[in-house]
Amino acid sequence: MTSDDRIYTKEHEWVMIEGNVATVGVTEYAASELGDVVFIELPEPGAQAGLGDAIGTIETVKSVEDLYCPLTGEILEINEAVLDAPELVNESPLDDGWLFKLQVSDQGELDGLLSAADYDAMIGS
Amino acid sequence: MNPTETDGLLQTPLTGWNRARGGRMVPFAGYEMPVQFAGVAAEHAAVRERVGLFDTTHMGEILLRGAGVETWLDGLTSNRVAGMAPGKVVYTAMCAPDGGVLDDMLIYRHEEREWLAVCNAVNRARIVDWLAEHARGVADLDLEDASDRLAMIAVQGPASAVLLDRLSALAGVRERISDLDFYAAHELTRPGGNWLVSRTGYTGERGYELYVPWDDTLPLWEELLERGHDLGAAPIGLAARDTLRFEMGYSLYGHELSRDWTPLEAGIGWAVRLKNREFVGAEALRALKRDGVPRRIAGLEIHGASVGGRERPAPIARQETPVYAGDRRVGFVTSGTKSPSLNRSLALAMLDSDRGEAELEVEIRGKRHPAAAASVPFLAPRVKGDPAAERS
Repeated sequence: MTSDDRIYTKEHEWVMIEGNVATVGVTEYAASELGDVVFIELPEPGAQAGLGDAIGTIETVKSVEDLYCPLTGEILEINEAVLDAPELVNESPLDDGWLFKLQVSDQGELDGLLSAADYDAMIGS
Repeated sequence: MNPTETDGLLQTPLTGWNRARGGRMVPFAGYEMPVQFAGVAAEHAAVRERVGLFDTTHMGEILLRGAGVETWLDGLTSNRVAGMAPGKVVYTAMCAPDGGVLDDMLIYRHEEREWLAVCNAVNRARIVDWLAEHARGVADLDLEDASDRLAMIAVQGPASAVLLDRLSALAGVRERISDLDFYAAHELTRPGGNWLVSRTGYTGERGYELYVPWDDTLPLWEELLERGHDLGAAPIGLAARDTLRFEMGYSLYGHELSRDWTPLEAGIGWAVRLKNREFVGAEALRALKRDGVPRRIAGLEIHGASVGGRERPAPIARQETPVYAGDRRVGFVTSGTKSPSLNRSLALAMLDSDRGEAELEVEIRGKRHPAAAASVPFLAPRVKGDPAAERS
């Protein structure tokens, strides 16, 4: 069951909003579908990113997936721990495996994201 | 029964089983084959630590019969097959006149006048045509593409000897199959057509390959799994077959081996015997040896960024990834993955021989990463393990 304390994207990311700061990671469904993550690339803190921009990479033995920015804003912080230990994305996608924090510049964009129920419906669970 | 087709894909006698038992099925060289079952990491470990079963029926089996085979075949193979003792197996390339590799294969000599060539599925038609073309006018020589009536199962891993001994009992054979020497073969007399067993494989572990008539295959497969249950016997897909061969640095057609490269370049120079022999391609290979081999397969380890005195995980350098020495492009990756046994990002690459001493880098998604020379095989093979030690 998908947590309803956050919102979701069609690209299988979760977004947790605290004030103007969004924390972003990949969903449990995505982590399981991807298989063992072996390498992650994240943007530099301070970078400006637009909604839908490819700003990083998640690599598994079988594939390389782009990481999309779910909202427009400035990258505030990245999770250095997942760069050292990409397996955190598989082991703890919703907590220790978070990827980056973003300063949200347009709260209106939040309306375009999915609720937990909508995301569950999309993945058919 | 011959292979049937579904959606234009050929099936093996095990396709139904593979599908029903959770195999993720993909098209491979015209066949519907399982790419994975439990997962690459688990399957890889099963073969390194216990025993794995592979459906390798897609491989091509060509029977060669007659007194004319020996001399004729030796004129087509990079390795020496003339003078092979019956019951022996030899790995060889077959080359075009320019030395380019048409395919790599195993040659079996069953009896004085009976031989078997086992080639890659992807090159089967090419090799059948090549052999037929060269056989024209040769006396006492008969060719048969038996790929559609012979299935193939590989049993690989440290516990393979124990499992094969249980099979000896099952097959009513007195001799212990596991006692076969490395690269030796033995034919088992069976009512529905003989089974051929050889101590060969593509994993670097002790192992065996079995060639059996189509209709015997499924019962044999199920029997092997059942009798190997306590040994941890598991079905293995193509993905783990690839990571297992990769760690050994075994060249794979379409990766290290290509029509554009000679065996000397492609990492199988050890299977080229030029002394006192003539075969198609020999002249080109002699010239290359004399003038210097311009490029060769080499091993690389990709390194991650160093942060706070610790090295971060490195990306995977996949096939076609360019390799640089400074500003100069000196080659490209032919196979690369994160080695499941060693947990390192490793690659086989075709590199120019005159690349100099500059540090190598690979370029992945526009970024350079250091690539250090790594010796091949990446992991020591254990194909010659002592069966007595493993039985106890």
